[in-house]
Amino acid sequence: MATLPCSAESLIEAYGPHLNHEPPGGFAARTAPDRTVNTHCCFCGQQCGVTLAVKDERVVGVEPWEEFPFNQGKLCPKGIKRYLQNNHPDRLTRPLVRTGRGFAPIPWDEALDIVAERIRRIQLHHGRDSVAVLSGASLTNEKAYLMGKFARLAVGTRHIDYNGRLCMVAAGAANLKAFGIDRAANPWADIVATDLVMVLGSNVSECSPITTDYIWRARDRGARLIVVDPRLTPIARTADLYLPVRPGRDAALMNAILHAVVRLGGVDEDFIAQHTTGFEAVREAIADCAPEAVERLVGIPAARIVEAAELWVQAPRTMLLHARGIEHHTHGVENVLSCINLVLATGKIGKPGCGYATITGQGNGQGAREHGQRCNQLPGGRDIENPAHRAHVAAAWGVTESDIPGKGATAPEIVEMIHRREVRGLLSICFNPLVSLPDARFTQEALERLDFFVAIDFFLSETARHADLVLPGSLHEEDDGTVTSVEGRVIRIRKAVEPPGEARRDWEIVCELARRLGQGERFDFHAPADIFDELRRLSRGGVADYGGITYERLDRDMGVFWPCPTEDHPGTPRLFEGGRFGHPDGRARFHAIEYRPPAEDVDDEYPIILTTGRVVSQFLSGTQTRRIGPLVAQQPEPKVEMHPRLAARLGIADGERVRVVSRRGAIELAAHVAATIRPDTVFIPYHWPGAQSANRLTIRAYDPIAKIPEFKVAAVRVERVA
Amino acid sequence: MIQELYIDPNRCIGCRACEQACSECPGHGGIPMIHLDFLDRAESVQTAPTVCMHCEDPACASVCPADAIKVDAEGVVLSAMAERCIGCGNCALACPFGVPKLDPHRDLMMKCDLCYDRTAVGLRPMCATVCPSGAIFYGTRGEVEDIRRAQPLDRFAFGAQTVRTRNHLMVPSPTDLLEVTTTLVAPRSRAEQLLEECLC
Repeated sequence: MATLPCSAESLIEAYGPHLNHEPPGGFAARTAPDRTVNTHCCFCGQQCGVTLAVKDERVVGVEPWEEFPFNQGKLCPKGIKRYLQNNHPDRLTRPLVRTGRGFAPIPWDEALDIVAERIRRIQLHHGRDSVAVLSGASLTNEKAYLMGKFARLAVGTRHIDYNGRLCMVAAGAANLKAFGIDRAANPWADIVATDLVMVLGSNVSECSPITTDYIWRARDRGARLIVVDPRLTPIARTADLYLPVRPGRDAALMNAILHAVVRLGGVDEDFIAQHTTGFEAVREAIADCAPEAVERLVGIPAARIVEAAELWVQAPRTMLLHARGIEHHTHGVENVLSCINLVLATGKIGKPGCGYATITGQGNGQGAREHGQRCNQLPGGRDIENPAHRAHVAAAWGVTESDIPGKGATAPEIVEMIHRREVRGLLSICFNPLVSLPDARFTQEALERLDFFVAIDFFLSETARHADLVLPGSLHEEDDGTVTSVEGRVIRIRKAVEPPGEARRDWEIVCELARRLGQGERFDFHAPADIFDELRRLSRGGVADYGGITYERLDRDMGVFWPCPTEDHPGTPRLFEGGRFGHPDGRARFHAIEYRPPAEDVDDEYPIILTTGRVVSQFLSGTQTRRIGPLVAQQPEPKVEMHPRLAARLGIADGERVRVVSRRGAIELAAHVAATIRPDTVFIPYHWPGAQSANRLTIRAYDPIAKIPEFKVAAVRVERVA
Repeated sequence: MIQELYIDPNRCIGCRACEQACSECPGHGGIPMIHLDFLDRAESVQTAPTVCMHCEDPACASVCPADAIKVDAEGVVLSAMAERCIGCGNCALACPFGVPKLDPHRDLMMKCDLCYDRTAVGLRPMCATVCPSGAIFYGTRGEVEDIRRAQPLDRFAFGAQTVRTRNHLMVPSPTDLLEVTTTLVAPRSRAEQLLEECLC
């Protein structure tokens, strides 16, 4: 049983999180590096170029990499201090096995034998699909590809999914429906060249800080800025128009803006006729969505909604950008489609300075969602339920089509299946669901019910504490590979140092396991470049076509935008030029969206909306960033942000400890009272575990298509702690 | 053309990349020489970086009894010379911008020297290199005038005293002289007003 092997306190004492403040030996001892390595930040989807300094085979510091075109040396605090995850006292350097009192080291061969034996034993008794694999979007393209192949061929389970399920899947599903391609439609350079930037549900300044400069460079040219967000974020503060939408009402707002655009005569009828299908259904669906009719629902005066429509219609070129704020909903796909409807109805896509993008969140949020570690997908962005796609991949893998399992469950569904004991064994890598999934107590119950759990990790995450075996894998700077950035630009990750102690590179661990599971000949890789070569050949002809991309080209050109089918193809920075979309008929699809309320609306008992998100100094579940001293110092703990009017009504003073209660649980945090959030909403950042976990409050409710959880709306009450 | 810092608080997003990067510079020992402040967090997310403005006639140097603060040929006001500084704190009290900080462990005044070792080899100061919003820009006046709408300002009045600085503050409209008073408050932005209009 996967309950904790000993108290959480003693695990924390042994494995952290502890704080690393300084390079090895301290700042004073840091001298000229032996070498520098140009690579990328290990955190968000911006994938800023960064130079790591290496001394005595240890990463000792960072330098801006000014030649890399995307960020030109710019970095946020996470990128500057990321090097402190290396040489960290918490770093796992030997395989660990659970004992009666905690964890003890175990030789690699013994650990790997146990994993293979336990997987096969569980499958013998409960079927092949009783073992699941959870993976992550911080992995390189090579590793993401490998995990999909490993789960399907070596483990032989249909159940593999990844933590991008908590991130990009709503946007991805909507983009596929509307455009037939799931990728940012424009390179970021197009933001600078636009006349109007509209940002929805994206705290750009904290979650993708480098994008701030792109927006400001557009504003320096005279572009206007509209920001839609329930919180007055740093990018919203200076916006020309700020729409403080009530959480969960984004589709209603976008329908109203499109209604006003139609009323203003701003629709591009020629574009609609030549390049799209389905607009008439949208026109009907928005007929009763006048700004005046929905202003109370969306929480914004009608005049401001009309103003947004006017700015949109007046601007020759527009860039619409959105992120998790509109995507983390039970109607996340619909929210995104309602944005795309506005873009398509006005023909504002596929041109220089004019287009659309979701701001992908995770380090390899783009690439890791393309090459087959999703439950419904095969490499190259192929569909696991499409017989032709299955046949193509089966031929490349040297198996028969029936050897490839069918569509599996999504990550949150896998956790529910574990809870129901339908899934008995779990292998996880790059995923900390105990912190990142909604309703954390449920996730903990599920982990405690596993028969066998093996985690590949570099630090003992809150989730890995529940494992029977922990295999020490590799940090970002300890391996080569590629990732695909927010722009759809494939770039090179370069190894700076070797994994410490007995730790191994992730792909070596996975290939070793595959050999022990009897599939060694299909995992005979000797370097990440071997895996990439197989991936790119297999992706050829798929939607996400990497066929012409080689490590040599990436090194020479500082990245290549996919699709890039052949080695003499220049790559494709901008999609949909000339109004040609990814569907077989070349047309984009409109989708009529009817507003639906969130799964859990406020009521007398739980009268306040809770919304969750990030802070600039932390990343996702904090496995890395909660171990970096200078980042923790920026914001040591989560606080509950509330408007002074709400605080006054509840009798709460700034800094006072308050209890936030939902139907799932309660946590106590300090109040942060500030006039920078809607008075009907409170905000808690989600990077922390246990008693500080925002996800003890959030709801297990999912988008019906994408299965993304509704992190952005839960009903809570807030009480003074007596 | 002389290269200077141009600081635009309007663009600042409060991320502290400047502080974190400054703390990485050799010789700082992990301590930043630039500081980030929330102006009034209860009311606004407005933040501003504060870094040495490198005054033409620096008050810190004038009041230093040990003559430890020197100005170089390009007008860069250097950090106190370690062998001279007596840690009296006069400079910290005299600076109208509140820049110098005393390191109590070393009895030494420390402040920004415009990344002397970086600029000497053609690199930009750390803070200006990393700033993700462009709130801290390093370049010539011509460059900043070409690419920015905001206007550079380099004269500040503190009561009867007027200070001209090497570095510039970027302000929304052309301003020859900014009178700094204790009652100076940032006007509410339009977005801040629009939040108050929201329907609950």
